[in-house]
Amino acid sequence: MLTFRIEIGNKKNFPDPRSGNLLKDIKDIGINGVKHVDIVDVFTLTGDVTAKKAKDVARTLLADSVSQECRVYPCALRDKRFAQKNTVEIASNPGVMDPVRDSVIKAMNDMGIVGVSVTTSKKYIFAGRFNAGTSRNVADKLLYNKLIQHIVTHSETAENAAQYDFSYTEVPVITLDDPGLSKLSYDARLYLSLAEMKVIRKHYKTIGRNPSDCELETIAQTWSEHCKHKTMLGDILFDGKLVRKLLKNTVMKATIELKKPWCISVFKDNAGIIEFDDKHNVCFKVETHNHPSALEPYGGAGTGIGGVIRDTLGTGLGAKPIANTDVFCFGFPDAPNAKIPKGALHPKRVMKGVVSGVRDYGNKMGIPTVNGAVYFDERYTGNPLVYCGNIGIMPKACSFKKVSSGDLIVAVGGRTGRDGIHGATFSSSELTHESETISATAVQIGDPITEKKVLDTLLKARDLGLYDAVTDCGAGGFSSAVGEMGEETGAEVYLEKAPLKYEGLKPWEIWVSEAQERMVLAVKPKKLKKLLSIFESENVEAVVIGKFTRDKKLKLFYKKHKVADLDMEFLHGGLPGVVRKAIWKNRHEDPRIATPVRTNYNTDLARILASWNISSKEWIIRQYDHEVQAGSVLKPLVGAENDGPSDAAVIRPVLTSNKGIVISNGINPRYGDIDPYWMAASVIEEAIRQIIAVGGDPDKIAILDNFCWGSTENPVELGKLVRASQACYDFGKAFGTPFISGKDSLNNEFNTGKGVVAIPSTLLISAIAVIDDVRKTISMDVKEPGNLIYVLGKTFQELGGSQYNLVNGLSGGVVPRVNAKVSAQLMRKLSVAIRKGLVVSCHDISDGGFAVSAAEMFFAGGYGADIDLGKLPRDRSVKRDDVVLFSESNGRFIAEVPAGKKEEFEKALRGVHLGFVGKVRKDKKMLVKGLGGKTVVNADIDKLKYSWQNTIRKVMHE
Amino acid sequence: MSKAKALVIRTAGTNCDVETAHAFRLAGAFADVMHINSLIKNKSAMKKFNILAIPGGFSYGDDIASGKILANEMKHSLKNELSEFVSRGKLVIGICNGFQVLVKMGLLPLFTKDELFAPKVTLTLNDAGHYIDRWIYLKKDPVKNLCVWTKQLPEIIYLPIAHAEGKFVPQSSEVLKKLRANGQIVFRYSDEAGNEGAYPVNPNGSVDNIAGICDSTGRILGMMPHPERHIFFTQHPRWQRCVKKGKETGIGLQIFRNAVQFVNKA
Repeated sequence: MLTFRIEIGNKKNFPDPRSGNLLKDIKDIGINGVKHVDIVDVFTLTGDVTAKKAKDVARTLLADSVSQECRVYPCALRDKRFAQKNTVEIASNPGVMDPVRDSVIKAMNDMGIVGVSVTTSKKYIFAGRFNAGTSRNVADKLLYNKLIQHIVTHSETAENAAQYDFSYTEVPVITLDDPGLSKLSYDARLYLSLAEMKVIRKHYKTIGRNPSDCELETIAQTWSEHCKHKTMLGDILFDGKLVRKLLKNTVMKATIELKKPWCISVFKDNAGIIEFDDKHNVCFKVETHNHPSALEPYGGAGTGIGGVIRDTLGTGLGAKPIANTDVFCFGFPDAPNAKIPKGALHPKRVMKGVVSGVRDYGNKMGIPTVNGAVYFDERYTGNPLVYCGNIGIMPKACSFKKVSSGDLIVAVGGRTGRDGIHGATFSSSELTHESETISATAVQIGDPITEKKVLDTLLKARDLGLYDAVTDCGAGGFSSAVGEMGEETGAEVYLEKAPLKYEGLKPWEIWVSEAQERMVLAVKPKKLKKLLSIFESENVEAVVIGKFTRDKKLKLFYKKHKVADLDMEFLHGGLPGVVRKAIWKNRHEDPRIATPVRTNYNTDLARILASWNISSKEWIIRQYDHEVQAGSVLKPLVGAENDGPSDAAVIRPVLTSNKGIVISNGINPRYGDIDPYWMAASVIEEAIRQIIAVGGDPDKIAILDNFCWGSTENPVELGKLVRASQACYDFGKAFGTPFISGKDSLNNEFNTGKGVVAIPSTLLISAIAVIDDVRKTISMDVKEPGNLIYVLGKTFQELGGSQYNLVNGLSGGVVPRVNAKVSAQLMRKLSVAIRKGLVVSCHDISDGGFAVSAAEMFFAGGYGADIDLGKLPRDRSVKRDDVVLFSESNGRFIAEVPAGKKEEFEKALRGVHLGFVGKVRKDKKMLVKGLGGKTVVNADIDKLKYSWQNTIRKVMHE
Repeated sequence: MSKAKALVIRTAGTNCDVETAHAFRLAGAFADVMHINSLIKNKSAMKKFNILAIPGGFSYGDDIASGKILANEMKHSLKNELSEFVSRGKLVIGICNGFQVLVKMGLLPLFTKDELFAPKVTLTLNDAGHYIDRWIYLKKDPVKNLCVWTKQLPEIIYLPIAHAEGKFVPQSSEVLKKLRANGQIVFRYSDEAGNEGAYPVNPNGSVDNIAGICDSTGRILGMMPHPERHIFFTQHPRWQRCVKKGKETGIGLQIFRNAVQFVNKA
């Protein structure tokens, strides 16, 4: 056996942009001496390979003959090249997904070279004036994550992992006392409560034996907060009043009472399904992947988007993913290093990692990322939030699934490895400064191309009617997938049949591994052959791992040994109900305004536009493919220079039809700091408003809830959750907008070792609407000088949680309320006016208030405007210019109307608060007359735009 | 009945196959999407087609380098069929990842027939160091108008790019000179008025602002921008601002129509 090491680098004088970007990052972490970095891609080939073959592979396959040069060495174990000064080489840890390795093997096979194993690594050679530890320091901070990678110190070749010799492992439970149960739950990372452990002890006492390791792990996965949503589905004593089954009596109740005929499947399947047209339904799901993204942003975010795409593939009989939406919450990317707690990554590194993780996975799946948002707050530093959403389309007949006894269980897609073990239980616990050491296996790297292959073949098999049911392997792996599918029938699984990435996995590890890119199908035996041939034809692995039975038991075998025998009834119904305590104390909202009255608000406006939450996210958006699949109608960036912030995305998923889908989201955690009830109401309305602003129909909107909260063990946090849920019922109902799916993630806290930082209570509302004719949608940029500017909806003195307060360092104030009746009526009339063609641009007023929305409209369109604040409809209590400019009252829009349509527009909007506030100018001036008649904003829109665009660009050096 | 029959090849990671086939159909061609495995199993199937399209996407994850593994596979498994397809004067288009495949396989620039499978140019990492999705203007090379795919096309067209490795670099100044002299530079990045310039006008740092090239016969076209993403007017990023009512197609469709017309006239 021979090993060759191949090193590939750019030719001299052929610049490597990766190197330039890395140098900027090195400077950012305060290291100034490094002048140059060479990045070298390293491959080793081991096996049936000669020097000639290795050179051939290097020259014709691995290196680009135009831009790169390669060197090929026979490899010795203790190679001096590893000891080179100022050089660091990084490789993936054993067992971590490395798609490049597999691709190189495939390509060598195409060249006729077989029986050769491959490793890959990356070598960084630093030059400049710096001290000895610098390269290592750079590596630690920027180049690798020890959870998934390591520094190479000696020659590595692909190794075969150790074999596993079976032994049946029983976990002594029935003899344990209560402290013993708690200790077991903690030590084995089951994250079960004592009450739950006691139920398990009682159950096994009754059947007269101890559980096997497999059984205990299965129960822990199935009962985890992540899988069972114990809090949201449970009973809560809220300020002394019992609230039964929180989710069912709030969020879901709104949907049930609204009885929309176009809601096809809600809160049942992997995603909610609504009707699209005569032939198709669409489904929508948003997931979170917060804890993995905190530890390994790139992998965590990538597997987050990968996971939600599998939800779409696993909805009904499988839907085709047609759009991604991503919302992130980070700490401040310009935070000084000293302010980052130990064990947390710097927000800039988190943001870069998350964005590139979503980018690489989403783009490679061929799914356009059409919509998103980013919110910044210091409290997200240790526990960022990564919401990944996906929309799919399916033939109507494929909207439901049904497992039958006798169906075979077929595992499709990626192989099973040790990666992702305990993801479900881990995500149900708090993050600490030690999480990175105890939860390493919960972190994974995804392989989008494997998932793309699954997508291509699965939908082919679906259209041929080759299976009865499908679901994805997400949290809990096979354990959850098979456990849920077989709940009504029972199932037998032969764990040794699951294809493994490497040897040595214990049966329970195979069973609960959350390795990515896997789906589970229920298949009639007579259809198996045809099904397998479909997968095989495109190199997708598919294997029968068991069958669905009729005894309502879950039986697991490993090489003929029975390793688990569980009653489905106990597994799914045995979880003890607990009544949690929740409290809510109304906070006094002080309406007084602490900022002084100013004669001019140019600076405030520019500062808000440049603030992290408002500023342009173009740096992120342009890294996403938002146009693949050819259905893009309203892009995330719009306007004269394609750079204004669109309210909602519009896509046209069927290439032969003008019917479309509108997608938006609402998020505003700062409101939740004052009152989660009004936060929920506000973000529901915001999501709906954005759909209306582009021309959507208020009667065709469905929404998703996604709660990310601190620990709900804390009655105060839980009280906030109850309050927000109650608002979901009240306003979902009032707007006639059903919830169709949702998710919660309830332990978003970071323990610094000195104290616990909980994230702000964060509710993301994602909205989807079907629209009859995409050609009637409008964008938010002003179109033509001379056109009339209207403001719809009343402004109140509501600066609580506002961006104006934030940039002025103030808290307090009154949080915006929602008057659903007034707002719904306004939106209905506006929607009709837009579809009649009376409005040429429209923007909803939200974060930053009127002034920010107006400035965005003007600089996106490239024209200024004259505005009179006195003409805005306002509450009698509003007497200050800054309130009119920056209050974030809900229920408001700015609309641009051609002069010739004035009467018709005003007629269409009769009965709503409407103000004709000004006209679009020919030049670039934004001139705003205050309540007292004097000019209070006098700004150049190009300068405002620059402020708005420069914040992220500057930090990212672009 | 149109004689034009387009074969759109897909493999693991291809993702613009559906819309590329749709564009050919809108342009009047028959179009079939075929997985590379099926084609390799049934190589003679290529004979039925007179247009070959390698669409955009991330073939095999763009591992090693964009398009490299599919190029390697096609070069080793379909060598004779490709040679025959090209030598019979049939049409080939590679869009984005397909362009990367064509240059890495050496099917472009193909100064002479003997140079088949000899790479002379490359497409490498954008100067920005990452993936970019944005709309750009393209200026047709005004001199020869050699390429059959672009015959009926205005001087300036507007299409999106969406790639990480689109920076065009020739092997040497001789190669560049030859490309220029032969009129093989089909598209250059420019602004709306046709002026060349730095980023973002040239979005990736391509040498000589090159966005697309053809072979010396004008029948094989490779381009980084996506014409199949501008076949409907609603794909234009500013259709609410500047698209005239009644103009229901996007300019990209004309590229597919040119190919169909060429085949039908032959």
